[in-house]
Amino acid sequence: MADEIKSVIEVRDLVTHYGPRQILNGITMEVREGEIMVIMGGSGSGKSTLLRHLMALEEKTSGTMTILGQNIDELNMREMFDLRKKLGVAFQSGALFSSMTVGENVMLPLFEHTKLDRMTMDIMTRMKLEVVELGEFENLMPAELSGGMIKRAAFARACVMDPKILFCDEPSAGLDPAVASALDDLILRLRDALGMSIVVVTHELDSAFKIADRMTVLDRGDILFIGTPEEIRNSPNERIQKILNREPDSDDVDIDVYLRRLTGEDMYGGAEL
Amino acid sequence: MSETPPNLFVRTADNVGRKTLTGIEEIGNGATIIAQSVFWLFMGPRYGQPVRAGSVVVQMMEAGIFAIPILVLLNAAIGVMLAIQSIYMLKIFGAEARVTDGIGFVIVREFGPLITGILIAGRTGSSLAARLGTMRINQELDALHVMGINPVRFLVVPALVAMVIMVPLLTFLCDVASLLAAGLYVQITLDISLAAFFNQVVDVLSVGDLMHGLGKSVLFGILICIIGVVNGASVTGGAEGVGKVTTRAVVQAISAIVLTDMLIVYIATIS
Repeated sequence: MADEIKSVIEVRDLVTHYGPRQILNGITMEVREGEIMVIMGGSGSGKSTLLRHLMALEEKTSGTMTILGQNIDELNMREMFDLRKKLGVAFQSGALFSSMTVGENVMLPLFEHTKLDRMTMDIMTRMKLEVVELGEFENLMPAELSGGMIKRAAFARACVMDPKILFCDEPSAGLDPAVASALDDLILRLRDALGMSIVVVTHELDSAFKIADRMTVLDRGDILFIGTPEEIRNSPNERIQKILNREPDSDDVDIDVYLRRLTGEDMYGGAEL
Repeated sequence: MSETPPNLFVRTADNVGRKTLTGIEEIGNGATIIAQSVFWLFMGPRYGQPVRAGSVVVQMMEAGIFAIPILVLLNAAIGVMLAIQSIYMLKIFGAEARVTDGIGFVIVREFGPLITGILIAGRTGSSLAARLGTMRINQELDALHVMGINPVRFLVVPALVAMVIMVPLLTFLCDVASLLAAGLYVQITLDISLAAFFNQVVDVLSVGDLMHGLGKSVLFGILICIIGVVNGASVTGGAEGVGKVTTRAVVQAISAIVLTDMLIVYIATIS
């Protein structure tokens, strides 16, 4: 009997709004254990919003979401904290704390969530920094690192608790091709070495096809296609082929998102911390 | 067919209405953050989210200890200023020897907490707003959430506790610095010894006067912290937005301090 494929994330009919505007129109998808799932789409397609939902950072309008077998709507505060300890995230900007050294940044989750002694935490921090080839930079401040190094440090911090799921937001955005390719290799290495499931949001096609086990293509808040890179390459869908061939689509310009960016209108709601 | 643009009255009313709603929303946000801070301070350990003493000490150093030189210097200058003005005015009535009474009373009940509060609002309130604003823009607050670290517990509570402890201590220190500077000026000008000056100050002041000043300073510390946090957390629009909320936080904090001070003085003195 074949082994049953386990899902680490299951999303059913996810609908979300920013104000009156519907951003996601009933997304249904799953992320399987040990796979790298790449979420792709043009500007305003809703991929970043979907990622924020998968990380349980946004309030949805409707739908259900299960992370590591737990329906997030049914979790109390303590259970949510426990769940979050099993998640890691590497944000597009790195989101390293500027007042801490690289080592302190990586050590922070250990310091906050474990009762390990300082020496053990130091060793674990150094190990993770070695994995991302930043072993010599432990005592530098984030401001002293290059863009690629910041992203690698963010990976080290995201992985320090050996999470079950790692989220990566545009890992290769803004990097030169060589550094971007090295980061792709790092994602593959992390998956193989630590056996985690990885969700990557990117619009870099080369990177997506290099690392993905499966891909979800979003278009204007809907799922256009879910499948393996090969299936997507062979898809007859016209819009997918446009995306793959990097053809501009006038409909891709999302006026609302564009205006929000121009005016600096808050996309993430209020002054809530 | 083009629509007629709204007239000045409608635009002004619309503007006032929006700003009023924003103000009410910010007061609500401030109250929520105070409630959350109290919750995490006492209930944090039950949820595996204790407030670290180390973080509080770091904030106390930032908000308090590093501010001592500038606070002492400026409060000393204000003490001398008060002495000069008081002597000048009392000379008219030939009562310059009574200068101690006025100076002691005014510094301990009013100028000490007010000037200290205003200076800390400019120094610490602005840095708190800028820090939180930058963290929000850089997704550091999101990173804390995903790591399972509550940002209010991790960032706000240490700052709030530090302010509640340090602002009264700094106010007391500033009272002493101000009185000492005023006493030195009085010694030089009126030939009243520093010991005699302080004896008179102690005679004229009661514990209630001291507590009035220090009690107000606790409230000022809370106001500075919460206003900084609310503004920092509401930042939009990148680096420019951080600059805007920082300025806004300082203006709001100073305004809140002055108005609260007036209200407390009215309640404690007149009614």
